[in-house]
Amino acid sequence: MTDYALELDRVSKRFGAVQANKDVSLNVVKGSIHGIVGENGAGKSTLMSILYGFYQADSGSISVFGKPADIPNSHAAIAAGIGMVHQHFMLVEPFTVLENIILGNEGSALLMQGQAKARKVLLDLSTNYNLKVDPDAIVGDLPVGLQQRVEILKALYKGAKVLILDEPTGVLTPQETDDLFAILKGLKEQGVTILLITHKLKEIMAITDNVSVMRHGEMVANLSTAETNPEELAELMVGRKVVTQLEKPDAAAGDDVLKVEGLSVVDAQQVERVKNVSFKVSAGEIVGIAGVSGNGQTELMEALAGMRSVDAGTICYGKLKISTESHIGPDELRDAGIAHVPEDRHRVGLVTPMSASENSILGYHRDDKWNQHGLLKPGLVEKHCATLMSDFDVRPQDPKLKSANFSGGNQQKLILARELDREPKVLLVGQPTRGVDIGAIEFIHTQLLKMRNRGGAILLISVELDEILALSDRIIVMCDGRITGEVAAADADERTLGLMMSATADLSSDSDLSSNSEQEQAG
Amino acid sequence: MIETILLTLDATLRVSTPLIFAAFAGMFSERSGVIDISLEGKMLAAAFAAAAVAYTTESAWLGLGAAILVSISLAMLHGVACITFRGNQVVSGVAINILAAGLTMSLGLSWFKQGGQTPLLPDEARFTSIEFPFAEALRDVPVIGGLYSELLSGHNILVYMAFLMVPLAWWILFRTRYGLRLRAVGENPKAVDTAGISVIRLRYSALVFAGVLCGLAGTYISAAHNAQFVRDMTAGQGFIALAALIFGKWRPFPVLGACLLFGLLDAVAVRLQGTELPGIGVIPVQFIEAMPYILTVVLLAGFFGKAVAPKAIGVPYVKER
Amino acid sequence: MKGLDQALPRWVNIGLLPLLNVVTALLVSALVFLVIDVNPLKAAEILLYGAFGYQEGLGFTLYYTTNFIFTGLAVAIAFHVGLFNIGGEGQAYIGGLGVGLLCLALDTSLPGPALLLLSVLVAGLFGAAWAFIPGWLQAYRGSHIVITTIMFNFIASSLMVYLMVNVLREPGQMTPQSRLLDENSWMPFVHEVLAGIGIEFEASPLNLSIILALLCALGTWLLIWKTKWGYEIRTVGFNRDAAVYAGIKPAYVMVLAMAISGAMAGMVGVNEISGVQHRLILDFHYGYGFAGIAVALMGRNHPIGIILAALLFGVLYQGGAELAFEMSNINRDIVVVMQGLVILFCGALEFLYKPLLAKFFKEKAA
Repeated sequence: MTDYALELDRVSKRFGAVQANKDVSLNVVKGSIHGIVGENGAGKSTLMSILYGFYQADSGSISVFGKPADIPNSHAAIAAGIGMVHQHFMLVEPFTVLENIILGNEGSALLMQGQAKARKVLLDLSTNYNLKVDPDAIVGDLPVGLQQRVEILKALYKGAKVLILDEPTGVLTPQETDDLFAILKGLKEQGVTILLITHKLKEIMAITDNVSVMRHGEMVANLSTAETNPEELAELMVGRKVVTQLEKPDAAAGDDVLKVEGLSVVDAQQVERVKNVSFKVSAGEIVGIAGVSGNGQTELMEALAGMRSVDAGTICYGKLKISTESHIGPDELRDAGIAHVPEDRHRVGLVTPMSASENSILGYHRDDKWNQHGLLKPGLVEKHCATLMSDFDVRPQDPKLKSANFSGGNQQKLILARELDREPKVLLVGQPTRGVDIGAIEFIHTQLLKMRNRGGAILLISVELDEILALSDRIIVMCDGRITGEVAAADADERTLGLMMSATADLSSDSDLSSNSEQEQAG
Repeated sequence: MIETILLTLDATLRVSTPLIFAAFAGMFSERSGVIDISLEGKMLAAAFAAAAVAYTTESAWLGLGAAILVSISLAMLHGVACITFRGNQVVSGVAINILAAGLTMSLGLSWFKQGGQTPLLPDEARFTSIEFPFAEALRDVPVIGGLYSELLSGHNILVYMAFLMVPLAWWILFRTRYGLRLRAVGENPKAVDTAGISVIRLRYSALVFAGVLCGLAGTYISAAHNAQFVRDMTAGQGFIALAALIFGKWRPFPVLGACLLFGLLDAVAVRLQGTELPGIGVIPVQFIEAMPYILTVVLLAGFFGKAVAPKAIGVPYVKER
Repeated sequence: MKGLDQALPRWVNIGLLPLLNVVTALLVSALVFLVIDVNPLKAAEILLYGAFGYQEGLGFTLYYTTNFIFTGLAVAIAFHVGLFNIGGEGQAYIGGLGVGLLCLALDTSLPGPALLLLSVLVAGLFGAAWAFIPGWLQAYRGSHIVITTIMFNFIASSLMVYLMVNVLREPGQMTPQSRLLDENSWMPFVHEVLAGIGIEFEASPLNLSIILALLCALGTWLLIWKTKWGYEIRTVGFNRDAAVYAGIKPAYVMVLAMAISGAMAGMVGVNEISGVQHRLILDFHYGYGFAGIAVALMGRNHPIGIILAALLFGVLYQGGAELAFEMSNINRDIVVVMQGLVILFCGALEFLYKPLLAKFFKEKAA
């Protein structure tokens, strides 16, 4: 009989109307690396939060190392030997590494004794598991990869025998990811059971022994990694092929309407996120930018949309030129026919407490069309919104409804309707179908192609390769803020793109190393 | 000249004492992530309770006990509003300040029929000065004598408690398990929660500390520095303490320094009233009085250094989905 | 606490919940009355009589209401842009200073109506300036607006004491107050206006500033919900990232909204200096700024709600004065207690009944 570290039996959890987990069963073999994959919102994080005592399951049972476990809070989880490395680190930034590690496990009422003991244990852990980190460094000053290491050490220090990692590579550079995987393998050799939550199939294939797939809150498959392949997993994750190939006439590319030269963008933390990027987009074509999320695409898009200042280089929309000397804001760009569908509709694209009607003029609210004698014309705006809603099949068709109350797909259609209404010359669009229901995906794709076919230029940023491949005429790949490849869509396939996305195709290992050390210093 | 300086410094200690208590009350509260603009109200209510109970029982210590109880109750009200019910911390603070201002006067009038004031406290119901041994004898020894008998000796016990409390508070915050957790919860409550520690209990406990310290501050004002409670007698000292807390960047010894600086400004303002300074002319007293506020504004604007508040301050803790 | 995250029906959120909160505040007030040995029902009777029972009382009630409308609107406008302006005290004080300085300089040399118009403008400008600085510091330097506005209240206070004692004091007077302003600069009293059209009304401090207050409420409503500027203010208040996306400059909009907010608070100076005091004195503003927080909270930051809440506070102020006059063991501070309780229960503890109601409605739905 196999020894299981974790056994979950028909665990269910509901938040209001949302069934986050439904009869989830899962067995994790002791001393193995077990992957859990699923799309955003498939219920992975909820399941892990239940395991870690953040939420209580509505029904079902959990056993840890063969013993039935009741986990009402994180304290109980820790006591049962479960440790968690959260996606957003649970670290106190002004504290030292040592202080962070002993928090909650100080040993005694006075810090002095506890700290001395902890320092010794920490040194042992560091050497045993090859997890080197300076115990007296201030955590906030450490690069992300090292902060994650502190999180792992924290869990081990508390005696974790089962380590849960929630999307651990989302914030890491490729080099840091390799280091992490080496650490995880080392931990496994020492008998630690690892539960790896991710949506990156490559990682699952690379490191796990077994893999479970979640979809819509349910566990749809438990497989041995050796006996499956990425295609099968992908199909299980989404339940069907994501993107149906749409009719796409050949591109009739016209003039260059967007020209980017030597663009660099630095973020608020002074980290260079976009590094010396140059490309062009012509009228009547869709240029897709592929890449693992967090490789500078967001910052690139925001710079193109006038939401961020540039730190070097130029962006030209015809005669409009954005550079370090001349900043052009989103309002002016809109007037010039440059529309933007942002990748995060809740945070950026909508003001969710406002009605659909008010959101239907967001960014265009200063137009003479909507204003008269200093007052807005709510009646007209409402009528306009109703038209948009019927044209783009936004449901429910109620302009007065708070935009927060629409489903993701309908919110996205509302934004797209707003941005396409003026027949813009250029559309910047990020993650157009993230978290959007299947029916809406096809609709959105059709609309984008329609714009292209009438001669509009589209810059599409997406982490979904299928989407990029289905829509783009040309594909640019970004990795670590640089462009690491460009191919015509006809010549592209997932494999070549994947290579470019991990920047192994045409960057020498030399420059790879230097870029990493740059990042470490910057962080 | 030396005499003047000694007297000014002596006055500085007296004025700083309630500021120190109140600023450290704020430090415990805000380090745990709870904004406390109700230092003023807690002090005022404590001052009233101390005077009322000390007068009735003729015991300064019972007065102090009552003051601390009342002040803790208000702190707990703040806790219920902003920790348990996740209300707005600033609004809760404003409510407590106003409530304290109204209740002290209303109850005072009803109980003592002196228009809201309490009767004068006899000496045995107050904390009076403690003369150190040989203070009189050493008075005439140059420098040291003055320092000893003027500056060190002759304060009431609460003054000494305030200055002893500072290293104690530092020790609690930076050398104990409790302090580590308290500082952590003000920076990243989620980290504390995931470590299996109750955020809510920690924050309530911090407010208890705040209550005790405001109780001491209030008692000092009505039953030590003065001998009765009168209308609005805290006169904005709670806000000066808040300014000192920010000016000292939420760190114990810099906060002590800020309290002493603001106390000194006050002592100097009284002495400078109407005196002409060579080359400057008469500095308006009001200008010196406003200095703590002006300095705090300038500091907050980042014109010299930057005051970085605990990161989680003002945000009710919600376990997110 | 369980149930705080639960969504409730709209009518419960904007109707039942606030009502329960006010009732609780009043019930606890009644308890306080019992503690100080006053029959709460008797007190309520006197209070209501004082506020509404006779013309002069009604006049006083509406005069106080005027101030509360101004400061309530001030808090609300800042709130819509996502800022907490608790500097209404200082802004009202400085607004009054502006009116006083203007009238001291020009009260005999300009025609009355021009002077009144200028007074309104200057009160707004001075109040706006006093709010502009904290607003600017918040928007461009990241200073916490709550702390800066508190500090500015005290700085205003010191400044006024200095000016009143050293500069503006009427020569030969001990009390720090300016000379009486020429009648030319006074805001007409309502009883005078009514007398002019043949209606007799007892004399009271109520003056035409109340019309100004109602106009300000209307203006605020139009500004916030009916103009592109209000649209931008609300967008910044709800979601700063979306505002940037929409081409709005959040920092600029915040400073603008704070200035408008300060201008509203500054209008208290018109009601007080032009309308009632007719000279500059100390502490004419006292308490109105803080009460504005309660007014805005109760009024849910909507001008109609604010007018109603301001009226409630006007009743409390005037009725409280009547109480203090009628009963020997009560002074005006009892009003301050009630005001504190209203802020506590309608503001800080606004979710007090939410878990209970959430449970109730969940059971009903199930």
